[in-house]
Amino acid sequence: MSATYSTHAYTPGLRVCWCTSVRKERRLPLPGEVLVRRGQTVSQDQIVARTEVPGEVQIVNAASLLEIEPEELERCMLKKVGEMVEKDEIIAFRKGFFGLTKKYVKSPIRGKIEYFSGTTGNVSIRAEPTKIEIDAYIPGNVVETLSNEAVVIETKVALIEGIFGIGGERKGEIYIGVEDPSKEISPENVNERCRGKIVVGGSTASFEAIKRAIDFGARGLIVGGLEFKQIKEILGYEIGVAITGHENLPLTIILTEGFGRLEMAKKTFNILKTFEGYNASINGATQIRAGVIRPEIIIPLQKDECREEAEILSSSLRPGTKVRVIRHPYFGCLGKVVDLPIEIDCVEAECQVRVAVVELQDGRRVKVPRANIELFDW
Amino acid sequence: MQLTLMPQQNIENLRLILATDVGSTTTKARLFKKMENGEYRFISSGEAPTTVEKPFEDVTVGLKNAIREIEELSGYKLLAESTETSILMPFNGRDAGVDLYVSTSSAGGGLQMIVAGVVKTMTTESSERAALGAGAIIMDSLSIDDGIPLHKKIEKLRFLRPDMILLAGGTDGGTKTHVLEMAEVIRAAEPKPRFGVSYRLPVVFAGNKVAAPDVVSMLSEKFFVKVTENIRPVLEIENVEPARNIIHEIFMEHVMSHAPGYEKLVRLVSVPVMPTPAGEGKMMRTIAEAYGINVLGVGLGGATTNIYSVYEGKFVRSVSANLGMSYSIGNVLKSAGVKSIVRWLPFEINESELYDRIGNKMIRPTTIPQTLEDLLIEHAIAREAIRLGFQHHKSLARELKGVHRERTISDVFEQEVKETYIDMKKINMIIGTGGLLSHTPRRQQAALILIDAFQAEGVVRLTVDSAFMMPHLGVLSTVHPRAALDVLEKDCLVRLGTAVVFSGTSEKDKIIGKVQLKTESETYSLDVKYGELYCIPIGLNVKANLQAKPENDFDVGAGKGKTVTATLEGGVVGVIIDGRGRPLALPEEADERKRLLLNWFRAIKAYPLKVGGET
Repeated sequence: MSATYSTHAYTPGLRVCWCTSVRKERRLPLPGEVLVRRGQTVSQDQIVARTEVPGEVQIVNAASLLEIEPEELERCMLKKVGEMVEKDEIIAFRKGFFGLTKKYVKSPIRGKIEYFSGTTGNVSIRAEPTKIEIDAYIPGNVVETLSNEAVVIETKVALIEGIFGIGGERKGEIYIGVEDPSKEISPENVNERCRGKIVVGGSTASFEAIKRAIDFGARGLIVGGLEFKQIKEILGYEIGVAITGHENLPLTIILTEGFGRLEMAKKTFNILKTFEGYNASINGATQIRAGVIRPEIIIPLQKDECREEAEILSSSLRPGTKVRVIRHPYFGCLGKVVDLPIEIDCVEAECQVRVAVVELQDGRRVKVPRANIELFDW
Repeated sequence: MQLTLMPQQNIENLRLILATDVGSTTTKARLFKKMENGEYRFISSGEAPTTVEKPFEDVTVGLKNAIREIEELSGYKLLAESTETSILMPFNGRDAGVDLYVSTSSAGGGLQMIVAGVVKTMTTESSERAALGAGAIIMDSLSIDDGIPLHKKIEKLRFLRPDMILLAGGTDGGTKTHVLEMAEVIRAAEPKPRFGVSYRLPVVFAGNKVAAPDVVSMLSEKFFVKVTENIRPVLEIENVEPARNIIHEIFMEHVMSHAPGYEKLVRLVSVPVMPTPAGEGKMMRTIAEAYGINVLGVGLGGATTNIYSVYEGKFVRSVSANLGMSYSIGNVLKSAGVKSIVRWLPFEINESELYDRIGNKMIRPTTIPQTLEDLLIEHAIAREAIRLGFQHHKSLARELKGVHRERTISDVFEQEVKETYIDMKKINMIIGTGGLLSHTPRRQQAALILIDAFQAEGVVRLTVDSAFMMPHLGVLSTVHPRAALDVLEKDCLVRLGTAVVFSGTSEKDKIIGKVQLKTESETYSLDVKYGELYCIPIGLNVKANLQAKPENDFDVGAGKGKTVTATLEGGVVGVIIDGRGRPLALPEEADERKRLLLNWFRAIKAYPLKVGGET
């Protein structure tokens, strides 16, 4: 009568590497103009493409303001479709009883008459388009330009993928705010030196420390974990689904491990510490569903700083593989796989699952559903 | 949706049928076979991650992997030797090929729509029902009378990326001003389609037919406009079917064709691909029609909660796009509130700890509960997700607004406007599907979740989908209804049992009624105490005659104090006698509440209880 949970063996882990090549697509929201060419070297802040987004529309019920029937609107219009109008310029006019009264309709914005209707009596005016420019985000070579919509930039970097973030793209120098990845960054350690920087904490940060980071003008904060409840304190509202990146926050926050107080993985911390003072590009945007996007910390490197390493994520799960447990009761523990029994096993919750036997860093050997571990090079 | 049905002789000759559901995370393949006695049975299944994302960006890669698993398990060769995914057809009568291949899909977020109408409680509500019935997720709904200024409406719409817009409003021949005003809003906002910047966003117009030419001329420059019959031709009639059919057609032709690899999938199938919820809904309707009963169903997924009702012939589907057990689990916490979740837990847990566990499930959605505590937390959240989803459903499953009715004398006394036309005492069957409900370690858990979440009443059968095949059977039923029903009967629906619920309130431990159940070999009699739950072990395919005599203040479906006699069927759980009263109230006092929950779990052997020191 019990059912078997389907498990896809394990979750591919997050990438944490000393050196890798990344390609970043910089795409305009609407077709526009690409300003760089293939093969060109670009800097982090260089504008690579731009476009214009159609302006907002205001609809005015002109017929009712003129106190006429909608079908009479056309003869009262002073402006034609496509004509530019200034804010408060009269666009429609009617003389009243024997010319004693005059009724006007003024444009609420500067823009173009887009449309007027003899059925609804409305006039719509579209504001001037808004210019949108996108920068390179990372320095590197333009390896592809996609017609008039996007460019792809490639460069060698140290890369850390977080698990959850809030806030969008930010650039700044890396600043280490704790001695040890297991330590919480205290409010006292957040000071004037953090201005314009991407601050690295350890296991977690209090609300007070985050507030100080904002006050001191830090551009980013990277920690192992934060309490889920704290997100509400920071944003003023609760997050229901993990689709983030557009929060109106003065700094971007990235969690490398998850929710709760969680020691930052040593390798993650060591990479950040090694490259302290380097300029990094970070983005808190997270999307777990349909088109997974993880928050990222990208540290561009010079060629001679790059030491290639075998990517653990491309290998499969086998005895000896380094993993991280991602579910209670061993949540956040790091360890090595020691056995992968073929038989379906039954865990405490009575779920029938495939398990892995993992030796944790503290020496304990534990049985964990394979769905609850991810490959992680610690 | 107009399907190309095969000639009758071909349908009866279908020997091996492959059905798949390309879900948002997993592609699920099922194989059905016609047995020697002519009956269709489910014989094998395979699953693989959906490959809509990089590096594959082609759904047929995941499809191939799922079918490959079936090949390995069943021994049938189903895939042709080629680099492209290709299905061997027809069945060679021995070990290779299938006679029919059908599929549903919700990959890439399914069908996402905006609906717009004139009057919120009339045309907009009808539009919502049409879109939801077609299997869509509603991103936003707008009405002329929703209190939002026109420019704000435009602002809202501008940045949405829907697959389609449904515009309705006005009765045929009535005023067209308001619906044209809404068309102006759409034109001004010019929302862009989700897939591809170059294609024109489809707008289905199902409003006042007199306004149709104006709508076409206003919108066709920027949108792909399709006109269909009015959804509310007159106030008294709701005509959603034509709009639903057009939505399906456009979904196939315009939306799906822009998702990665779909053009290949479309070439493989024998009949058009259906949105997954439409397949699931089709099967719920088939069940209700086949048995002639009122059905309530839930598809509890990772991202969404779909509720279906087929009540006195009326079919309604609602989708709560942000209530689910993994991706959207944080939203259940946000919408229900932490206290509503904690009330279902028989152990103490620090609130922050609970928040963190839920947050971590949200960001690592494929993990599964290892500990009993974690399982109980997920089941508590499931109750709340279904409860909230059902609340939303009831707001759609209600009588048409704006209809002139003759009032009787009883209406004069009935001041309240009914929340819904669904009377829980008249629901004959509750069906659960989705990962959590299909895979509960003990079936008792699914039974109790369904009873608690829906607050079942009267005498109601409880069933769950054994292995996630309702969508598959839904699309199959459009070609071969009997094959779909055969598999449904024999392999899909797990009969959990029947619940007999005493509605009313009383004092704890007071006798609220008597129950007698007689099978061919046994007679069970019991005095039902208020606040207690009982499980009588009447097994699968065993019938029992029920006589339930409630006390004066209690109702088992026939009215207060009225005896109910019925023939029931048992199931893998049995017959559950629910004396906990309705509405089901849990004590405020934590220890008392935990004790009560443990009693209930113990009564139906729902969990291996070792929670909070209890054994």
